[in-house]
Amino acid sequence: MDHLSVLLSRIQMAVTLTMHIIWPSINIGLALFICIMEAAWLKTKNPLYLKICKYWMKIFALAFGMGVVSGVVMSYELGTNFGQFTNAIGEVLGSLFVYEVLTAFFVEAGFLGVMLFGWNRVSPKMHFLATFMVMFGTFFSAFWIMSANSWMQTPAGTHVAANGKFVIDTWMGTIFNPSFYHRFTHMVLASYLTCTFFIAGISAWYILKQRHLDVAKTCFSFAMWAAILFAPIQILIGDTVGLAVHQYQPLKTAAIEGVWDTQLGAPLLLFAIPDSKQEKNLFPIKIPHGAALINTHQWDGKLIGLKSVPPQDRPVVLTTFFGFRIMVGIAVLFFFMGVVGLWHRYKKTLYDRKWFLYACTWMTPFGIFATISGWFVAETGRQPWVVYNLLRTTDGASKLAPEQVGISLTAFILIYTMAISFFVYYFLKLVKKGPDATGDAEKEPPVIGYMHGTGE
Amino acid sequence: MEHTLITFTLGAIVSFAIFMYVLLDGFDLGVGIMFPFIKNQHHRQTMVEAIVPVWDGNETWLVLGGATLYGAFPVVYSTILPTLYLPIIIMLAALVFRGISFEFMVNAKRSRGLWEFFLSFGSLIAGFCQGLVLGTFVRGFSKNGVLISSEHYHWFTPFSVATGLAVVCGYVLLGSTWMVRKTEGELQDSMYAKAKKAMVAVFVSMLIVSLWTPYVDPDIIKRWFTIPNFYILLPLPLLALAAFIVLYRSLQRRAEHVPFYASMCIFLFAYIGFAMSVWPYIIPHVTTIWEAAAPFKAQVFILCGLLVLVPVLCVYTAYSYYVFRGKVKPGEAHY
Repeated sequence: MDHLSVLLSRIQMAVTLTMHIIWPSINIGLALFICIMEAAWLKTKNPLYLKICKYWMKIFALAFGMGVVSGVVMSYELGTNFGQFTNAIGEVLGSLFVYEVLTAFFVEAGFLGVMLFGWNRVSPKMHFLATFMVMFGTFFSAFWIMSANSWMQTPAGTHVAANGKFVIDTWMGTIFNPSFYHRFTHMVLASYLTCTFFIAGISAWYILKQRHLDVAKTCFSFAMWAAILFAPIQILIGDTVGLAVHQYQPLKTAAIEGVWDTQLGAPLLLFAIPDSKQEKNLFPIKIPHGAALINTHQWDGKLIGLKSVPPQDRPVVLTTFFGFRIMVGIAVLFFFMGVVGLWHRYKKTLYDRKWFLYACTWMTPFGIFATISGWFVAETGRQPWVVYNLLRTTDGASKLAPEQVGISLTAFILIYTMAISFFVYYFLKLVKKGPDATGDAEKEPPVIGYMHGTGE
Repeated sequence: MEHTLITFTLGAIVSFAIFMYVLLDGFDLGVGIMFPFIKNQHHRQTMVEAIVPVWDGNETWLVLGGATLYGAFPVVYSTILPTLYLPIIIMLAALVFRGISFEFMVNAKRSRGLWEFFLSFGSLIAGFCQGLVLGTFVRGFSKNGVLISSEHYHWFTPFSVATGLAVVCGYVLLGSTWMVRKTEGELQDSMYAKAKKAMVAVFVSMLIVSLWTPYVDPDIIKRWFTIPNFYILLPLPLLALAAFIVLYRSLQRRAEHVPFYASMCIFLFAYIGFAMSVWPYIIPHVTTIWEAAAPFKAQVFILCGLLVLVPVLCVYTAYSYYVFRGKVKPGEAHY
C-alpha cells in the first residue's frame, strides 16, 4: 500500500514539475526580451519597438498566469506529498523558499499588474521600471530555485543531526553549493534559448505568410543573433555541468552514458535501448572513447558502471539516458540553426530561405522539449535519492492513502491536459491575430473589445 | 529570551501573511463567487476588470504565507499539509481553474461563458476548501496529541462544512463591498443589495461558528469564559459587533468606501479571536509555537530577510493598488 502511494506521489510530482517548468523557461527569456524592446522604445521612440513589446506581452501574460498557478500548486505539493522530506530539510528549503518568495515571486506578481494594465496609468519610465522588476523577479526566482535544487543534488554546508534533520553549518556553503553555479547558468541559458527559438519560430511563420513583416523581421533578426550567441555558450556550460555530475554523481553519469560495467575509455552511445533487467544496452551505435572523453576530458578516462551498486541504488536509467540524448540533440540543432542564420545574414538572405523559415517554425517548442528532457536527466538521474546520498525518496514521502493520491493525480492530469490544450489554442489564436490586433479595436463588439484596447 | 522574541515575531509575520491572503484574495474570490447572480454580461465584464490587475498579486500572499510557515515552523508545514491532503489539493486545483480562466477569458470569444463558469466555480470551491481547512484545523486534532489522520475524511464534518460556508459568505461580503467601491450606477446598486444579504449571512454564520467552536473543544470554553480572560477578551466580540453596526449603517446611507473597510475589520476581529482560541498552539492540542520553531540560526536568517523585505513588498503592493485606484474604466483591462 505504502509503495503504491509513494509511487503515485512521485508520478504526481513529476507531472506537476513538468507542467511548471514550461512556463518559467518561456518567461525568464521573454521578460528579458520585452525589457530590451521597451528600453529600445524609450531610447529611440520608434513605435515599432512598442508594438513588439505589447504583442509579446500578451503571450507573456498568458504563460505567466500558467506559471503562477502551477507554481502555487508545486509549493504546497512538496508539503502534502513529501512531508517527511520537507520536514527533514526544513531549515534549508524553508529558508531558501522564503527568500525566493520575498525577492522574486512577490516582485513579479507585484509589478505584473502595472506592466500589463498600467500603460495609460503610469509614465513610460515608471512602466519600464515595472517591466524591469518583473524581469528581475523571474531571474531571481531561478536563482533561489536552482540553489535549492542544486543543494539536493550536491548537499553542502549542512550536516544531518541525530533526529534525522539537516542542520545548516554555513549559509554560503548551502546556497552556493558545488553544482549551483553551473546549473543556475545552464538553466538561465536554457530559458534564453527556449525563448529565442520561440520568438524565431513565430516570426519565421509571419515572414513565410508575408504578414506583420516589420515586427517579424526585427524579432527574427534579434532571435538569430541570440541563437548564435547563446547556443555555443550553452554547449560549453553543459559540458561543465557534465564534469560536475561525473565528479559528484558518478552513477548519474553512468545512467546518462548507459555504462553498465566500470571501464576505461567508455564509448559514446549515439543510440541504444538500455535494458535494466538484462543489465546491458540493446542495439547500440557507438563512438569509441566518446563518453570517457566527454565526461572526464581524457581519452582513457574511467567511468563507474551501474553494476557497481545493487539495483535498488541505481538511478532511473531509461529516462536519464533518453532525456540526455533529446536535450543534447536539440542543443546541437540550435547551434546549427544559429550558424545557418549567421551565414544567411552574411549573404543578406536571412529572410529569404523558405526551408530555414519552415525549420524555425517547426522548432518553436523545441526549447521546451529540451528543458523538460534536461530536468528528467537531473531528477530521475538523482534517484533513488531525494537529497543525494543522504535521504531516500521513499523515506521522504508522506504516508498517504493511495486512493487519495490516486484521486489527486487523476485530477491534476486532467486539469493540466485541459489547461495546456487551451493554452495552445489561445496562443495560436494570438499568433494568428498578430501584433496589429491592438489597432483594430473599433471593429469588435464592445464586450470583447476591451482586450484589444479601445482605450488605445 | 531572544529566541522567544524571534519566534513570536515570526509567528506574527506568518499570521500577517495569511491574514493578508484572506483579505486580498478573499475579495477577488468573492467577486468570482457572485458571477452566476449577475445576469448582465457587461456587468460581469466590469467585475472581471475590477480584479484582473490585482488577482495574482493577491494569490501570491498564499505562497508567502506557505513559505514563511515552512521556513519558520517547518514541522507545522510538513504535518498539517499531509493531514489535510484532499481539501488542500482540491483548493489548489480550484485556484488553477480560477487563474487560467482569467488568462483565457481575455482571449476568448465564443467560449467566454465557459471561463466565466470556471472562474466562478473555482472561486467558490477554493473559498469553501479554505473554510474546510480552517474548521478541521480547529477541530481535527485530538487531545492526546495524536493526529486524527487514520480516518481519511475527518476534514468533512458538519462543523468544517459550517466553517466552509462561513468563509464563502465572508468572501462574498468582501467581494461585494469591494465592487461597491469600484463601480457606479446599476451594478453598484446590485452590489449594495448583495452586500446587505452577505452581511446578514456573515453575521449568522459567525454567530453559529462562534457558539459551535467551544462546543467542539472544551478548552476554548476555558480560554474565553474563565474570569480574567473573559474581561480581557470581551472587547473582541464587542468590536466585531461595532464593525457590523458600522457596516449596516454605511450600507444604508450608501457610503462607498466604509463598507469595505468595515468588512475588513470584521475579518480582522474574527481572525484575532481565532488566534486567541488556539494560542499558544500552532497545531491545536499538539504543538505549541515554541515547540514548532525552527532552529535559532535559521530563524535569524529568515527574519533578516522578512524584516527588510516585507515592508518593501507592502509598499509596492500598495503602489499597485494606488495605480489602479478609482472606478473601473471600461476597456482598460487589456494589454
